[in-house]
Amino acid sequence: MRVTKSIALASAGLLLATSLAAAQSTEIRIGVPLEPPALDPTAGAAEAIDVVVYQNVFEGLTRIDENGAVQPGLASSWTISDDGLTYRFSLNQGVTFHDGTSFEAEDVKFTFDRILAEDSVNAQKALYSSIADVSVIDPATVEFTLSQPDELFLFNIGRGDAVIVAPESADNNASMPIGTGPFAFLQWDRGSRVILEQYGPYWGEKPALTKASYVFIGDTGAMTNALLAGDIDGTYNFAAEALPIFESNPQFQVLVGTTEGETILSTNNAKPPFDQLEVRQAMAHAINRDEIVEGATYGFGVPIGSHFAPHHPYYLDLTGTYPFDPERARELLAEAGFPDGFSATLKLPPVAYARLSGQIIASEFAQVGIDLELINMEWAPWLEDVFANKDFDLTIISHVAPFDIGIYANPDYYFGYDNPQVQALNEELNATTDEARRKELAQELQTIIAQDAVNGFLFELAQTGVWNAKLEGMWKNAPVEGVVLRDIRWVE
Amino acid sequence: MSSRRILAHPGLVVGLTATAGFALLALVSLFWTPYPIGEVSIARRFALPSAEHWLGTDQLGRDMLSLVMSGTLTSFTVGSMAVVIGVGIGVPLGLAAAIYGGLVEWLVLRFSDLTFAFPAVVIAILIATLMGPGASNAIIAIGIFNVPVFAQVARGGTLTVSTLDFVGAARLAGLSRIGIAWRHLLPNIMSLIIVQGTIQLSLGILAEAGLSYIGLGTQPPETSLGLMLRDAQSLFLIHPSLSLVPGLAIVIIVIALNIAGDGLRDVLDPRLRSRRRADAAR
Repeated sequence: MRVTKSIALASAGLLLATSLAAAQSTEIRIGVPLEPPALDPTAGAAEAIDVVVYQNVFEGLTRIDENGAVQPGLASSWTISDDGLTYRFSLNQGVTFHDGTSFEAEDVKFTFDRILAEDSVNAQKALYSSIADVSVIDPATVEFTLSQPDELFLFNIGRGDAVIVAPESADNNASMPIGTGPFAFLQWDRGSRVILEQYGPYWGEKPALTKASYVFIGDTGAMTNALLAGDIDGTYNFAAEALPIFESNPQFQVLVGTTEGETILSTNNAKPPFDQLEVRQAMAHAINRDEIVEGATYGFGVPIGSHFAPHHPYYLDLTGTYPFDPERARELLAEAGFPDGFSATLKLPPVAYARLSGQIIASEFAQVGIDLELINMEWAPWLEDVFANKDFDLTIISHVAPFDIGIYANPDYYFGYDNPQVQALNEELNATTDEARRKELAQELQTIIAQDAVNGFLFELAQTGVWNAKLEGMWKNAPVEGVVLRDIRWVE
Repeated sequence: MSSRRILAHPGLVVGLTATAGFALLALVSLFWTPYPIGEVSIARRFALPSAEHWLGTDQLGRDMLSLVMSGTLTSFTVGSMAVVIGVGIGVPLGLAAAIYGGLVEWLVLRFSDLTFAFPAVVIAILIATLMGPGASNAIIAIGIFNVPVFAQVARGGTLTVSTLDFVGAARLAGLSRIGIAWRHLLPNIMSLIIVQGTIQLSLGILAEAGLSYIGLGTQPPETSLGLMLRDAQSLFLIHPSLSLVPGLAIVIIVIALNIAGDGLRDVLDPRLRSRRRADAAR
């Protein structure tokens, strides 16, 4: 009797174990450091929004793949006129939004009219400023007319900022997102998690996962514990200092990839003494890039000498423009009229790479006589003071937008760099379609801003994901902001 | 208090010596540390204890001993300033409650109840959130919690002493209530306040570490023991020594202060010793 009972118990346990494994095999729980303020990617700049919804809940006409290439999305194909000004998109048929309404050309027109409207709250409105007109040819065809050729147009309409929304639901997307993607929004437990569920009638290939939870864990130590305890199955970009714990653990895989984040010592070019070229050059010479990469990113960052991603085909290695040379830095400071150096403030947002880089740079600058006062700030005051009001001397921040060298052509941008030559070159670059000429122009731009030492160019952020070893299909690189669930699956 | 009585109490000797040792380290850091606090050297980070770096180095290659010295100074400063606030406001309140009674006493007691109803750290978080993080706000937050503690100690002590004959004699001699409080009551409750002071100092150091750990206390580039713990947290599994060094420093300081406080109580006020034995027996 006792034997039978234990066998029964054992098989019950076995059953339980199997059903747990089966349940786990189509669900995923992803740790996310920041909770999004809302869930509408077309109405907010926060990366945390795209992390949850991009290509999962919402889709655009085009789709950016893991390597940054443009793929068909809701548009199955497109033709471009010879002058590069007219794009005609054929839309996929039988696509429905998660509330059951159908997706048609009118929705595309609605989406872009909404982005370009006077009162638009789109965070990247400027990216779409070349669009002169969107017209509906028939329910399955839509035509865009541009005011000038725009090489990045197909890429930009694939970003989270230009995902297609429906007029019926757009106003509620912040709390109840309705898109066309493979996953539908299920619930949002504020302060805890967002849960997505596979959308049955999805038009494209069905993903392997049926359910995905994004669990908000702000603290690195807590995230480490959650991973080790199996409370979450992975996180897309984890603190580099904690990676050794997982690298040596066979239950985990560590994915090291690239991001579009140029991390810079942003300098207020409009404010003395930083308006003097010699001062900026002196600071460039005082920066020991290798030490910063090692200290702030544990060697995962890639040194940069200008504002350009090293994995981009137009990249030019300019890290040697102003090599680490404290002696030369002191000379330049003396030439600029600061033989004894000067004092400045360095405002740091609440991210590990900035806080660590800040302490290292303060120590390096002290050796050439520049005395930095470190001011640690939270995101909201940082955005207000530094980004909006330009009330800063120096700050450290990663610019994560892809191909964003154009910010140097905007004299009103927060670092206040006004160079007509750069502005002219950038305009020409935007209007040029010839690949070889574009590369030439982009490299010329990189060289000028490197020589002008506009900002202290530090490193390209790496993406270091930690995932359960039995998962596959996660994006290694981050060409755009987002954690795309489409290809993720459990393998035994 | 004779030196013989101190030496006869081994706990007090150990406690005072350890406390004085840390206090000395902290004070020395004002003038000298083995390495400058801000000196970063990535090449020598995570070094284990060695002849050059007695306690090793942290994630930025800074000397741990220098950081502990400077961090201890912050901890002691915050803890003792909070005690000063508590004594400065709490003792007069307690004295007033005891000698005036009535409404004054009721107000002081209800204020104490109100403050005690919230755990100290919750009050501290509230204050730090309202006024922004920083060492000075941590002092105020911890100091506010100290006020009712000292008020109650002062009131209790005063009530006991007031019943003694010499106080009655002073009153008969025509001394005013404030005069009695100053000349006769305060000196007689001083030992109680000193003992409570050491205990509140250790609690204050713990509270400062807690506040800094959750990011509401001391802000970098200044350092404190709690801040060091916070920085080391994400590295705990890889480089445990970064957490152990400041953690152990806090533990040793707090234990030393508590032993010293116990010893002081025994030595300064023998009557309390018997009361404590009675407490223990209960």
